[in-house]
Amino acid sequence: MASPRENDVKRRTLMAATVATAAVGAVAPRAGAQTTPAPPAPQAPSSGAVPALKISFTVNGKPRDLELDPRTTLLDALREGLHLGGTKKGCDHGQCGACTVILDGRRINSCLTLAVMHQGGEITTIEGLGTPDKLHPMQAAFVKHDGYQCGYCTPGQICSAVAVLAEIEAGIPSHVTADLNAKPPLDDAELRERMSGNICRCGAYSNIVEAIGDVAGRKA
Amino acid sequence: MKPFTYERAASPAEAARAAADRPDARFIAGGTNLLDLMKLQIETPAHLIDVNGLGLDKIEAKPDGGLRIGALVRNTDLAADARVRRDYAVLSRALLSGASGQLRNRATTAGNLLQRTRCPYFYDTNMACNKRRPGSGCSALGGYSRQLAVVGASEACIATHPGDMPVAMRVLDATVETMTPKGQTRTIPIADFHRLPGDTPEIETVLERGELITSVTLPKPAGGTHHYRKVRDRASYAFALVSVAAIVQPDGSGRVALGGVAPKPWRNEDAEADMARGAKPVMARLLAGAKPTEENKFKLPLAERALAAVLADAKG
Repeated sequence: MASPRENDVKRRTLMAATVATAAVGAVAPRAGAQTTPAPPAPQAPSSGAVPALKISFTVNGKPRDLELDPRTTLLDALREGLHLGGTKKGCDHGQCGACTVILDGRRINSCLTLAVMHQGGEITTIEGLGTPDKLHPMQAAFVKHDGYQCGYCTPGQICSAVAVLAEIEAGIPSHVTADLNAKPPLDDAELRERMSGNICRCGAYSNIVEAIGDVAGRKA
Repeated sequence: MKPFTYERAASPAEAARAAADRPDARFIAGGTNLLDLMKLQIETPAHLIDVNGLGLDKIEAKPDGGLRIGALVRNTDLAADARVRRDYAVLSRALLSGASGQLRNRATTAGNLLQRTRCPYFYDTNMACNKRRPGSGCSALGGYSRQLAVVGASEACIATHPGDMPVAMRVLDATVETMTPKGQTRTIPIADFHRLPGDTPEIETVLERGELITSVTLPKPAGGTHHYRKVRDRASYAFALVSVAAIVQPDGSGRVALGGVAPKPWRNEDAEADMARGAKPVMARLLAGAKPTEENKFKLPLAERALAAVLADAKG
């Protein structure tokens, strides 16, 4: 992960994935995605080699039932199976954080877990945090502080940020927490360290930290 | 990913039996490493045994004053446990230095012990790699080796173990507890758990087919000050070039283990006799026999300086 040569390879992979996603978006524009039938691949095994599995979980407060190829990641189940396109596919390898959702109260990379592993789970995506008419405070703060440029990483950033404040509130320490046995402070160093799993290619980091700090200040 | 069938195991014994019956099966817990490797078709199991429902997610006090950590305790929960923060701070620090918040929320204690190397040639299926395809050769020898092992490696493989948590477990003298396919329990000292590559780098631990890690135990607290210093190419969310896990007592004696330099957490108890004399004599013995490449020989002085910094911190 840390080597220049490997980074080059990963960057190319990431770009290829992003181009592919953009291409899919061009065929099925976002506005129409809610009504476009799901592509068949994630819903039914293309090879017929293994049977589909039934899975039930709650997404944004609504019970959902799906029948999935066991290979389907939670990310693909949300995007392709339930047409919740807010959660983004970036690297698809747990390196970028664009796919961050909140599972049973905790932020996770939805690309690195299988949907069938979450029978009975409670999942919150960006669509479940707020609505255009009633933004979640973190969404409003990202708008106010201009915490994005292209916006692709933003749903993951916001889901992660909401969970970060809950983690600090719960007293979970981080790599930069000086005293492991005291309540972690809410300073910029803590927020930056805790948000390091969410990469922003546009580099909106300083505004993201300001947005999170704003919400944390209002809560305090 | 290659197609696979999926089952949820109901008990550790059942999981171990199911895995022993099928050589093409893998356990899945957090999945943060396995699914990444499956997407790249470096791992191609035909069957997954989900062990998340086995209830091995508790941290319990042991009668001897130590702790029993369930195999499925997530990295976040282990790092945040009040007893771990107070009495085994080196473990909290090591866990918190690894991966990202999202990954630590899924990654498990047992899974972290079994994490695979990040050698770039292990990850590139177009290249020869004895660990991924036994007998195909090692592309890292003479290749890009900046991140790779300086000690404990072989002519067949110079990959490093990528973990942070296992380095702390090594310095804490942890013990791995397992369930065998025959339903028996086994305890393995952490020092013996990981194998050196030799001629068979594809075999990374002493676990037998189907054997399931059920918990990791820690002996009663060792006291002293606890340190985990990780040196890497960026300040967060990167693997170690060198890491130092250390426990230092008020009289200057102590223990030290290294990450990022070897195929397993690297410790030599004999080297610790020199702890009170400083980093140089400790590292001379701990890294004796090192065979670095041109690209990674910087790790030798880096490890010594990282330990010197830890010893300075310990003096306060």
